[in-house]
This record gives sequence, C-alpha cells and structure tokens, in this order.
Amino acid sequence: MELLIFYAFCVGAVVSALLMVTTKRPVRAAMSLVATMSFLAGLYALLNAHLIAVLQLIVYAGAIMVLFLFVIMLLNIEEKEGKLAKNVFFIQLAGTVVVGILMVAMVVVMNKIGAPVAGAAVDETFGTTKAVGWMLFTKYLLPFEIASVLLLAAIVGAVILAKRRIDNSKA
Amino acid sequence: MMEAAATSGAYWLRLIIGLVIVLIFSQLNALFLVWLERKVAGHIQVRLGPMEVGPHGLLQTIVDGIKLVGKELITPARADRILFVIAPVLVFTPVLVAFLVLPFGPDLIIRDMNVGLLLIFAFSTFSVLAILVGGWASNNKYALLGAIRSVAQAVAYEIPLLLSVMSVVLMVNSFRFSELVMAQQRVWFVFLQPVAALIYFICATAETNRAPFDIPEAESELVAGFHTEYSGMRFGLFFLAEYTNMFIVCAVATSLFFGGWHGPFGFSFKIPGVVWFLAKTYVLLYVLMWFRWTFPRVRFDQLMNFSWKVLIPLSMLNLVITALVLKLI
Repeated sequence: MELLIFYAFCVGAVVSALLMVTTKRPVRAAMSLVATMSFLAGLYALLNAHLIAVLQLIVYAGAIMVLFLFVIMLLNIEEKEGKLAKNVFFIQLAGTVVVGILMVAMVVVMNKIGAPVAGAAVDETFGTTKAVGWMLFTKYLLPFEIASVLLLAAIVGAVILAKRRIDNSKA
Repeated sequence: MMEAAATSGAYWLRLIIGLVIVLIFSQLNALFLVWLERKVAGHIQVRLGPMEVGPHGLLQTIVDGIKLVGKELITPARADRILFVIAPVLVFTPVLVAFLVLPFGPDLIIRDMNVGLLLIFAFSTFSVLAILVGGWASNNKYALLGAIRSVAQAVAYEIPLLLSVMSVVLMVNSFRFSELVMAQQRVWFVFLQPVAALIYFICATAETNRAPFDIPEAESELVAGFHTEYSGMRFGLFFLAEYTNMFIVCAVATSLFFGGWHGPFGFSFKIPGVVWFLAKTYVLLYVLMWFRWTFPRVRFDQLMNFSWKVLIPLSMLNLVITALVLKLI
C-alpha cells in the first residue's frame, strides 16, 4: 500500500512539474508548481518526516500565492501570454546545457555518497518537532544560521528596492 | 503476516469510517450554521428570519441547497476553464483534512498527529489559494479584485494568528492536540493567555473572511467578490467551505484556549467530553455571527494597518513575554 502511494505521489510530482514548464499561461504554471510541492510534501510525510512535510506546505503554498500576485500585477497577461522571446533557439540550448550539467553533478554526488541505506530502522522520535528542532540548533547550526543570514539579506534588499520606488513616485 | 494485515485493515477501516462521518457532519454543520446565521441576523434586526419551511424555518437551508443543486453551472466564455472548475474543489478539500486532527473528545480524534496544529494551518493556506485561483480564472474585474484583497488580508493576518498560537504551544511544548487539551484540565488557557486568545479570535474572523473583515466579498463594492461568476453547486461549495472553515477556527479556538473536551476548572458534571467540545464551539460560532451583525466593515487601509502595526507587534510581545516567564519559573 505504501509503495502504491509512493508511486502515485512520484507520478503526480513529475507530471505536474512537466506541466509547469510546458504551459504557456503563467498562472497555470504557478498552480502546477503548487501541485509539485504538495506531492513532494506527501513524499516527506511517507518518510515519516511529518514536520518537514507540513512546513513544505506552509512555506510553498504561501510563497506561491505571492508569486501568483506578482504574475497578476506585473505581467500584462493578455499581451504576454504565449508570446516567446525572439531567439528561442539559444534559450533552449542554454537551458539544455544547464540542466545537463546539473544532472551530471547530481549523479556524481550521489555516487560519492554511496548506496542508500536500505530500510534502516527509524527510531520513535524521528521527524517530530522536537527532533528536527534539536538537530537544527546543534548539528546543523552553521548551515541554519547561514541560511537565515541569506534570507535576511534578501528581505533587506527587497525593502530597499521597494522604498526607492516609493520615493521616486513621490518626487 | 496475518496480524499485520489485520491491523492495517483496521487502520484503513478507521480512516474510512472517519472520513464518511466527517463528510456527513460537515454538510449537516454547514446547513445548520446557514440557518443559524439567518436566524441570528433576523433577531438582531428585530425580525424573525426564515419561518416557513419546517419548525422555525429549520429546513429552509435544505430547500435552498436542493435549489442550488438544480441550477445550471455557468462557465464564463473567457474564463480559464480548468482553473475555474478546480477552484471550488480546491477550496473544500483542505477543509476536510482539518477534521483528521481535531480533538472532539478523549477518544474521538481520527489521527492524533505530532504536528496536528500545524497541519490545520498548512491546509488553511490552500483555501486562500483556491479563492485566488477562482477569482483569477473567472476573468472578471470584481472577482479578481476580491481575490487579491483576500490574499493581502490572509497574508497579513496569518502572521499574528500563528504567533498567538505559538505562545500556547510554548506553554505545552507540543503541537499535538491531545496534549494541548490535556494541559488545560484545571485552568483554561484563555485565563493564562487572554491576549493571545483575543488576537487569535480577531485573526480567525479575518481568515474566514467574515465581517467586519469581509472585504474580499464586500457586496456593496465588489458585487460578490471572488465568487461573482460562480453559480449553482460550484458557488455552493465555496459557501460550504466558508461555513466549515468557521467551524474549524472555532474548534481550534476551543481546543487551544477553552479547554477542549474539559469542563470548566476540572468539573465535567458527568457530561461527556464531546458535548462540552461541541457546545463551546457553537457558542464561539454564535459570537462570530454576532460580530457580523454588530460591526460595520473596515476600510482596506485600516485593515492592513491594524494587522501590521497593532496585532503583529502585540502578538510578538506576547510571545516574548511568555517565553521569558516560562524560562524564569
């Protein structure tokens, strides 16, 4: 049963990811992104990482909602819809090269890590709020702090950009 | 092997029975709430409300529901068809998920999850997303404006909502509903965290798009807001989801601040827990309706300022003070 659910989630994630990159309507793409993220959350839940699954939903559903708003407000939907850039070929070439490099890198890294631990026993507390919090603030403290500094920089940058625009409009 | 199959069979059986009960309950609850709302509105405005169908109009919503089912489903010619159809389904599904973790009684939780409380908030974002999708797909200016307002409001009020809930979570040290309720056996958290309870209730009113925070569907300016173009049962699903959402926020308030299935101060008066739980939830629902017919709608800038400049700092302060007191005790 669990295997069946796993495959259902996998197929769902891949299909919705494909839909996201192939559709020409920005809002549909955003919705497919939500679907992909939700299926990934389902996969996390299958791995017993309930907290991560729930956080995935909270963060991405909320973030994509804002993305959605940007699509509505910034793009002139009627005109931009379905209109591709002029040098399509180079864009496609660049995309293929980048994705290719990424894929090779992933395969190399995965080979280095070694064979996956098959069916390792998971202890009772795995994936609980306490366990994840504990790990974040002890073992993975440095990456956690770096990520938060990065996010802080992004927030400050956004505020400065927005503020400049408000000042300009007033002048 | 047989044993494992039997337990997993019992597990699935439990889940399916739970789902069926939840489906029936959410429909009946919505029917009752719509009737109650019309009655409350009527009596507040010194009239009787629906009286014709059934005793005191009790069957009025069933008749209305049948009318809704029979109506034609109209899809606007320039709408985004797929998204237009998905939106009403998307708005109702997450609502059902919340029932999985709500603690109706000591033995009446379908799944007592470790992240129960967070799960409800995770799925509540989806109903806002559905409103946005529905409003955008309708290809109608009023619907789109309503949808955008709804998102701005939801983003603003979700922050103080979560912060106020966090101060309760800090006290109990768990997101698990059964533990949250067990901690209130003697004293309800509304007495220990009055500020958090107040902030939660204000934000819950905003999250469910209820007056005085009902600008996403403000009739006098936006026709009907995000569901302007929806007809028949698609509109019905939005409506159903709204009332079920009201039930959920009140049920969460009951289990976080009003002791869940416990009676006041540890006295249960031999009344079963589920009765206590439902009674408290419906009293809160009544208060929510009372709000609607008492307060006028706020203006959009007032709404935003109130959240960002008053509620968020206040709930942040409340959280910090809670943490400090807990550390010092």
